[in-house]
Amino acid sequence: MKYFSLILKNSLRNRRRSLLTIGSIAFSLCLLGLMIALYDFFYFGEPTAEQALRLVVRNRVSLANPLPLSYQQRIAETPGVKGVMIFQWFGGTYKDARDPSNMFARFAIEPAKLTTLFPDYRVSPAELETFQRERTACLVGRKLARRHGFEPGGRIVIVGDIFDMTLELTVRGFYDSIQDNENLFFHWDYLREGMRVGRMDMTSTFFVRAERAEDVPRIAHDVDEMFRNSTLQTKTESEQAFALSFLEFLGNVKLYILSICGAVTFTILLVSGNTMAMTVRERVREVGVLKTLGYTPGAILGILLGESVVISLIGGLAGLGMASAICSWIRTTPSIFADLSRFGVPLPVQALCLVVAALIGVASCSAPAWGAARRPIVEALRFND
Amino acid sequence: MAIPISYSWRNLVERKTTTVMTALGIGLTVAVLLAAMAMAEGLRASLNASGHPLHVLVMRKGGTAELTSIVTRTAFQDMKLKPGVARTSSGEPMASLELVTVVILESPDRPAGININLRGLTRIGFEMRPDVRIIAGRMFEVGKRELVVGQGIESRYPEARLGGKLRFGRGEWRVVGVVDAGGGAANSEIFADLNQLSSDQNRDDALSSVLLRATDEASLHTLIADLENDRRLNATAMTEKSYYAAQTSSAQPIRFLGMSISLIMAIGSSFAAMNTMYAAVARRGAEIGTLRVLGFSRIGILTSFLVESLLLAGVGGVLGILLVLPLNGITTGFGNMTTFSETSFQFQVTPALMLAGMVFSLTMGAMGGLFPAGSAARKEILDALRGA
Repeated sequence: MKYFSLILKNSLRNRRRSLLTIGSIAFSLCLLGLMIALYDFFYFGEPTAEQALRLVVRNRVSLANPLPLSYQQRIAETPGVKGVMIFQWFGGTYKDARDPSNMFARFAIEPAKLTTLFPDYRVSPAELETFQRERTACLVGRKLARRHGFEPGGRIVIVGDIFDMTLELTVRGFYDSIQDNENLFFHWDYLREGMRVGRMDMTSTFFVRAERAEDVPRIAHDVDEMFRNSTLQTKTESEQAFALSFLEFLGNVKLYILSICGAVTFTILLVSGNTMAMTVRERVREVGVLKTLGYTPGAILGILLGESVVISLIGGLAGLGMASAICSWIRTTPSIFADLSRFGVPLPVQALCLVVAALIGVASCSAPAWGAARRPIVEALRFND
Repeated sequence: MAIPISYSWRNLVERKTTTVMTALGIGLTVAVLLAAMAMAEGLRASLNASGHPLHVLVMRKGGTAELTSIVTRTAFQDMKLKPGVARTSSGEPMASLELVTVVILESPDRPAGININLRGLTRIGFEMRPDVRIIAGRMFEVGKRELVVGQGIESRYPEARLGGKLRFGRGEWRVVGVVDAGGGAANSEIFADLNQLSSDQNRDDALSSVLLRATDEASLHTLIADLENDRRLNATAMTEKSYYAAQTSSAQPIRFLGMSISLIMAIGSSFAAMNTMYAAVARRGAEIGTLRVLGFSRIGILTSFLVESLLLAGVGGVLGILLVLPLNGITTGFGNMTTFSETSFQFQVTPALMLAGMVFSLTMGAMGGLFPAGSAARKEILDALRGA
């Protein structure tokens, strides 16, 4: 540590080079941080306590294939189930479909069961009551309402595509939740009136709430087992797994993320390795002087490695700063494939990125520094770049 | 007189390690961009190759996907007798009633399984798609639980190999043939006999869509208008081409992500190139001075260093293209948000993409080289000779 001020002075010597290296590492590590955070968010993200209690039942074949309403009662009778609610995707067009922010999700639900299934959605009791009473009322997420300027009593018209009807809804309330705040809920009964006879007794999904989180895997298994020999088989999974399936649909997302991480890490290694090699070459004669003054090869190695690590770490910190800024921007964008409203770079991921930065600092410098530290004094003093 | 390019090139060769490392960094950046673009391009090419220019696709009113559409047999009888529908040499209307549903297939890639389009059609449906050819096995027999699979499916899903058996609906279906659709969307589909499939799925009178062939370009549009306006049919009609063209939007997210990621990497890489070039300028101070004494102009020096940086980036661009080239032709699948099923396609590293990759890398080189070249050109002769 006594060499720290020397290390710091050294890294400031060629300011332009240090700044460029820091910048280069910062951009790469920002990307690496985002990618690892995304991977962590999708595949290791902890569900909230309420989320962990919910399951989604759908047709095994696809979301586009419906399930009969008669399943609702049978699912409700499964031990450990607290409630089952119809949850039907409406689709349709709000204003202009070309604007992605108009593509928010709208679901037909059973308003009376809302608090049983989603107790984590906070709605004022008065608003909830009006919403439940009025057949054409709708409840919208706070974030969505803010984006589109929905006011209480305002009208929202949605032209159906899957369903051959036009919804004319009145905003009667807003909900806040820690997950998505970007959905619109309306009455299943209202939708049912406008459906074709053949489709009236079908829904695309049921949401199920378990009594206890430990029961969730068993309930999923029991429900699927119950309908195994029916013409329409079910697929039951936790709410989190259900959300992830949309992402998986896009392709092998895991592989994409990991290959980008690989490419980025390798690029940073090349960049900083290159810079450190240049820095060390420039200092060979100086190393000879230091040795003459009595510095041991170990101390010299430490000084050179220290400089490289300091530069990498500064780059890493700057990169993480940028990554956090990008995350806070992502949180405000409309969710399309996944709910990213809680996306951020968690502390362990930040720590991991800094470790990667430090390791890159060491790895990129060790070969040239080792060579310089071991060079005999006379040769080092004579060295001419 | 200009400084010859070979001077710049020799300088790059002289400091091999630095050149290779910087170029590889640029190359990886180009590779990330090109991989994403090759995917989007492949999907686009596959969808573009789908559909016959004279084909009209008819779905339920407001329908956007065959999977969620419903058409009755009565409506089909009306549609096929519309004026403007082409006829085969034997006088039969070129109209195909089809049922589209999905089956879930598993692959080592996707153990959870993915939706694959399953299309029920009759003989006329294949006659209207002459580019769909059997390349292995045979066509399914009418009235049997037999399947013919697209090449893109056969190659990626072990269950759907020739001779394999799939279980869905009311029984077991045997894969008896493989078809090639010349790169079109039919490569990602499975085909079965319409009537066998519809009775298996309890959809005897709830089919999905109708495909019609118009006699010529002019009647194509009158036919579409006629179908749209017929209140009894309650149908939406569009050209088959436009149905597939609309699905290319599925590739938007991957294109957007690829571009933003490579942009961030590009900034990092141009910084690295800048570093390398500044070092080159610093080391060659005396050389720059000598060149100036010999009578080369400041502009000459500037150009020479800029060219050196562009060459460096050019090597990177070539490396990037070489890295991505093995992807070319690899079949992969992509979730199609319109059809709720997978469209399989091949990565396409087209010459246009390679050119875009080169332009991208040269831009990085120019960004990285401009300032160092400028500082080289600004050096005063005496300072430069002294190596300051």
